[in-house]
Amino acid sequence: MLLWIAGFLILLVKLSIILGVVLFLAGYLVWVERKFLARLQIRYGPNRAGPYGLLQPLADIVKMITKEDTVPEGADRAFFLLAPAVVAATALLMFSVVPLGRDITVWGRRVPMVITDLNIGLLFVFAMSSLSVYGVALGGWASNSKYGLLGGIRGAAQMISYELSLGLSLIPIVMLAHSFSMVDIVQAQQKYPFILFQPVAFLIFVISAMAESKRIPFDLPEAENELVAGYHTEYSGMRFGLFFLGEYVHIMVFGGILAVLFLGGWRGPILPPIVWLMIKIFLVALFMIWVRGTLPRLRYDQLMALGWKVLIPLALINILVTGAVGLMMN
Amino acid sequence: MEPVAAGAMSPFQAGVFSLVVYTVLVVLFIASQLFLAVWLGEKKKSVEKSRPYECGIVPTGSARFRYPVPFYLVAIFFLIFDVEGAFILTWAVVYREVGFAGYLQMSFFILLLLAGLLYIWKQGGLDWKEALNRADC
Repeated sequence: MLLWIAGFLILLVKLSIILGVVLFLAGYLVWVERKFLARLQIRYGPNRAGPYGLLQPLADIVKMITKEDTVPEGADRAFFLLAPAVVAATALLMFSVVPLGRDITVWGRRVPMVITDLNIGLLFVFAMSSLSVYGVALGGWASNSKYGLLGGIRGAAQMISYELSLGLSLIPIVMLAHSFSMVDIVQAQQKYPFILFQPVAFLIFVISAMAESKRIPFDLPEAENELVAGYHTEYSGMRFGLFFLGEYVHIMVFGGILAVLFLGGWRGPILPPIVWLMIKIFLVALFMIWVRGTLPRLRYDQLMALGWKVLIPLALINILVTGAVGLMMN
Repeated sequence: MEPVAAGAMSPFQAGVFSLVVYTVLVVLFIASQLFLAVWLGEKKKSVEKSRPYECGIVPTGSARFRYPVPFYLVAIFFLIFDVEGAFILTWAVVYREVGFAGYLQMSFFILLLLAGLLYIWKQGGLDWKEALNRADC
């Protein structure tokens, strides 16, 4: 029993540290995005709160917490209040299957450097990303606003469409690694990262994942100049903050999963594993911000055509080719 | 040595128990944020403030209006393709064990799937431009 309590304490400390670091980095990702985007547009970005605006995330949190938590009249109260929590929670839970490094030893006991090594890790990611559709669709529908409803429906249709190509693009990775477990997938990339074998899958995955996170050029659910703010038009204060947090945690999770599936996870020379994972996540985040600063928004029929007429057939053909080549090499 | 050091409830393994504890932490964090927001936030209700935002104009009609049929179609296509994707996933983990026989069966399945996609494509199920023009949106 004593051993169990000691282990539980270690677990609690480990999980709290991971959660704290993820939230901290998500907060500073907002700062990085605002600063980098501003520089791309020849502006300064946040530069009032602290040196280089470094205290901006803190100021944002204080502001969001002290704002009024309004519920529009005629809104479906329960769903309206719950939707942002669903978005933030699913994004945070998705991070739990990303392996962070080699196992470490504390007091002669092995402590795994991953929150949970589910044997269906990849499916868990799909499941969570499907659940986050509920947050968007219900949030938009419940707010009793026409903009909100339009944003919610657009978001639901877009997210389920791109979820298909997202899932299908990762099947070749499962075939190469012989497992759904993220830890095993990293293990399978001991010699070469999978991006060398699966450049097409990589491309499909990056595009679909960007559409899943509803960012420019796929930000039709929140398209500012036609839908005000889409599904989160009516949200204020910390509930809006939770939507925002969910989006930035989602970027980090996307970076982590991309690193695990295609870039060899925490593997890398010289530097410690966790640093390599951070570098990879940071590069993916920078790439997404850069894309946001460069590309215009797609039209809705273009968005659907890209998903259904290009990415899904391409992903299916990629599976066939991978299977044939894999069996031939055997 | 100790029965609790291994198994489902072991805190030393990255298993379901660890996920449950993490889920509890996440829920606690989000609940604390929402509690703080409700506790520390302003509380001044007014008629204007609680009106849904429509660029300053008083909203007319219900906000739960009907929306174009293509959105329903997408949901139905998604159901079909997602279920079939689940079948492909189960094959993917064991594709080396089931060999060429399994591969041929699965490629027949995938080709059928592609044929189905081609069919809804030809039927105009994926044409948003015309559909949205018809629906006057």
